[in-house]
Amino acid sequence: MLNEIPSKNLSKIGYVPQNTNINTDFPIKVIEVVLMGHVGGKRPFIGYGKEEISCAMGALAQVGMQDFAHKKIGSLSGGQRQRVMIARALCAHPKVLLLDEPTASIDVEGQKKIYDLLKELNKTITVVVVSHDISVILGYAKKVAHINKTLTFHDISDKSDSIKNTKGHFCEVEMLELMGAKKACSC
Amino acid sequence: MLEALSYDFIQNALLAGVLVSIASGIIGSLIVVNRMVFLAGGIAHTAYGGIGLAIYFGLPIFLGASLFAVAAALLMASITMNQKHRIDTFIGLIWAVGMAIGVILVDLTPGYNVDLMSYLFGSILAVSSDDIYFMGGLLFVILFIILFWYRDILAVSYDSEYASLRGINVKFFYTLILILSALTVVVSIKVVGLILVIALLTIPIYIAEKLTSSLGFMMFISGLLSSFFTIGGLMLSYQFDLTSGASIIMVSAISLSIFMLFRVLVFKKTV
Repeated sequence: MLNEIPSKNLSKIGYVPQNTNINTDFPIKVIEVVLMGHVGGKRPFIGYGKEEISCAMGALAQVGMQDFAHKKIGSLSGGQRQRVMIARALCAHPKVLLLDEPTASIDVEGQKKIYDLLKELNKTITVVVVSHDISVILGYAKKVAHINKTLTFHDISDKSDSIKNTKGHFCEVEMLELMGAKKACSC
Repeated sequence: MLEALSYDFIQNALLAGVLVSIASGIIGSLIVVNRMVFLAGGIAHTAYGGIGLAIYFGLPIFLGASLFAVAAALLMASITMNQKHRIDTFIGLIWAVGMAIGVILVDLTPGYNVDLMSYLFGSILAVSSDDIYFMGGLLFVILFIILFWYRDILAVSYDSEYASLRGINVKFFYTLILILSALTVVVSIKVVGLILVIALLTIPIYIAEKLTSSLGFMMFISGLLSSFFTIGGLMLSYQFDLTSGASIIMVSAISLSIFMLFRVLVFKKTV
């Protein structure tokens, strides 16, 4: 997939943008936002196909938002809107799901719901999350790529491993783990 | 009032009013959700350059104004596509330059004493059957495009970044919306004039936006409301011998005020 032309692989990558609070007074229903996720191809002459609608409803059910399908997008909370955006990304059945700061503007309770949802989705698809909130991420991630001018890769799937300090690099990942992040992040 | 309906020019005015109202309801909805109201206003004033051009070269007014407005729309599309944050400067620029070109071309036309007011404030009672064919044709094209590309236009309007990631040609649809806006503005000039057209593209749409939760339904309600306001305005203008374009706008504005009062006082919602 990575060696191919991006435009031919639109349906293999799901993307959830950082800012989901754009155009909140736009007259659009939740289901219509999710339907945006479909990539061209077998589309009907006018409107949306029955298959597309049932697929979009399925994606909404996956994120637990099926009851909101016919609500206006602006009437949802930030966390709910984020889950709708995840449903939109799931609509095309991607193999990789990319999320840019998925919890940037969401309260703690909403954040936990989002990460629990991502953990559930991670059973079948690859999830890549960009985040500044390392303490939360550590509770869910299997691998961490820390970028600060240089990139350092940590495999934290087995957290009982002692920290191997690579090339003198030291970042928050090690710091939190040294401080007993296992306990800190399960709160 | 009823005997007025037997006059040809009143029948033409009503028909033109309804055709233009439906077109401006649909396109106005797109303009409002895409935050292009003043872009449309700029194109409306630029269209005066086209009117001057048509008078100078002896072309049909609609043809000259349409060509000029579409050219302005294409220019604005290409400039603002990459510099969206500078859009207000360019709107101000085409707004005034277009009008200046129009005024100078009319000045240069020998022996022509043009009634500037009819283009600025509309002349719906002077609508010809050719004008009506043009309006009907445009409405047909608009309906076809919206029906066929509704989901793409919706995606581009709501979230253009995501739409381009889904393989939708955002530049094409942005330009298409601007061209349709330009043509709608040109036919609206006949009804309410190029200064008042901005009200026709915003007042019914604002009310519809508050009443609906989907773009398609918003277009439908806008077209309906706009038709009522236009017919109401024409009746008022006939009864009290007032300028038709201004009457239509006043009927719209008073309806909007009543709607807002009800919304705030009775339904306790915010404006």
